[in-house]
Amino acid sequence: MQIADRRRLRSKIFMGLSITAAGLGLSILAIILGTLIYEGASGLNLAVFTDMTPPPGGQGGLLNAIVGSLIMTAMGIVVGTPIAILAGTYLAEYGRYRRIAHVVRFINDILLSAPSIVIGLFVYEIMVATMGHFSGLAGGVALAILVIPVVVRTTEDMLRLVPDTLREAAASVGTPRWKMIISIAYRAARTGIVTGVLLAVARISGETAPLLFTALNNQFWSADLNAPMASLPVVIFQFALSPYVDWQQLAWTGALLITMSVLTLSIFARILTAKKAHQ
Amino acid sequence: MSLSQTLTATGETRPRVSARPIGDRVMHALTFGSAILVLLVLGGVFVSLIHGSLPAIRAFGLGFITSQSWNPVTEIFGAAAPIYGTLLTSAIALFIAVPVGLGISVFLTELSPAWLARPIAIAIELLAGIPSIIYGIWGLFVLAPFLQQTFQPWIIDKASYVPGLAQLFAGPPYGIGVFTAAIILSIMILPFISSVTRDVFETVPPMLKEAAYGLGSTKWEVVKNVVIPHTRAGVIGAIMLALGRALGETMAVTFVIGNAHKIATSLLAPGTTISATIANEFTEATGDLYTSSLIALGLILFVVTFIVLAAARLMLHRMEQRGK
Repeated sequence: MQIADRRRLRSKIFMGLSITAAGLGLSILAIILGTLIYEGASGLNLAVFTDMTPPPGGQGGLLNAIVGSLIMTAMGIVVGTPIAILAGTYLAEYGRYRRIAHVVRFINDILLSAPSIVIGLFVYEIMVATMGHFSGLAGGVALAILVIPVVVRTTEDMLRLVPDTLREAAASVGTPRWKMIISIAYRAARTGIVTGVLLAVARISGETAPLLFTALNNQFWSADLNAPMASLPVVIFQFALSPYVDWQQLAWTGALLITMSVLTLSIFARILTAKKAHQ
Repeated sequence: MSLSQTLTATGETRPRVSARPIGDRVMHALTFGSAILVLLVLGGVFVSLIHGSLPAIRAFGLGFITSQSWNPVTEIFGAAAPIYGTLLTSAIALFIAVPVGLGISVFLTELSPAWLARPIAIAIELLAGIPSIIYGIWGLFVLAPFLQQTFQPWIIDKASYVPGLAQLFAGPPYGIGVFTAAIILSIMILPFISSVTRDVFETVPPMLKEAAYGLGSTKWEVVKNVVIPHTRAGVIGAIMLALGRALGETMAVTFVIGNAHKIATSLLAPGTTISATIANEFTEATGDLYTSSLIALGLILFVVTFIVLAAARLMLHRMEQRGK
């Protein structure tokens, strides 16, 4: 009887700790989001979207940073996605059981969580150092490298969910493999692959470290890919660490914008996959 | 003429390959090339980092890793302080985040009613996607002042009576520093740990758990004796994955660590990590040796995280294999 009581008590204590952990973790994360909305929303006005980043102490917005982020994110997606989808196709279709596919899969998983600042150093070495100046182009390439592992992974996973009977049916009516992949496998896995791309956009739209010394920053309007380019995360980094209140306010507002877009993208991606699973 | 002679005459010795439609050959080549590109990126990162750090390696040799000095004026650089800061912040972060993260997954898989578990799990996965700069700005403006005014003065006062702890929590409460960085880091890796461990906890066959309950086990005993042993490889994999993130995490740490190149005994003192040093100093580095030393830091970071992440993947892979 005494032993049973002790065991029950011990279980209650540990389960209590577990509930506390869940409560603690969730409330901290809620506090972070709460502060973000509170601090960010108070600075949210039209000027944020229409004005350039201001000099110290001045009034202004984040227009050039938002546009810079959009340009480089788009470039990262445009460059990274085709390569990643093709690589994912190799892993799922042509090379599924080959040794090389295992190696690529393993390396890709490592790249997926490799420190992004190292990718920044890599692009600095191969582009900025050789071209002699920072550029939006280098920033876009750095983001493309971050896109690849995410999309490779989801493309492979989604193609593997396509039933092999579909592939066999196509083969039995004499469809060449490439046609089967494009017209059947891709079509069946389309939603999943789009989800992967959305997640990749979410991932790179908040990346700061790889842009710090590739795209650098630019206080003025610039859509020139060959020149340094502003981006929201880098501007947030610079403004938040400055002593100027106006800059700090803009940093909070920028942080809110990024978080909202990342959350929207992730929720949208979730809805897509949820529908898919429902069908 | 026999078939084999025809093939030899036209130079075709492998009829199977030539029989493949041109579209397939193109598609195969394209996809294969892209897959190889993934390997080339990794190879390229290694080669370029080694190339970039050669001047530093030549100038300082292996002493680079053990030297504490970081002096841009005399151009003497050593990585000991950033390496120490990286390891220390990651260790403290894991120490805090692992129990809490496991607690959350136990709550989600064993305790919570289904209607609550799903939204919480989704919330946690969404939070894992929030960029690190958000945690950084929050740490700088909210957490650091909070710790400076409340926790730090309290612990400095209380620890001063305890030998050993007194050194660990000494000095003025700056707010920013190694300790604050570690806290922010632990908050950041928390969603990673709990979402991965929740996934592996769910691979435990319900039959095993029910059998244990049937024998009269309490919930804690089921977790301790059935769930954890069954998922050990996966849990270790999740922890190492989180460690990989923590080691390489840049922005969240850069905001709050104080960027001081010294190894202080006090956890409350400012310090630096490899990634924070690179982020703070790279664009301002003048001179080839300075830049090269920063790239060498990046190389060290990449090698360490590569090993940790590879081990994590192997662990998780083993877990998946067993689940099949």
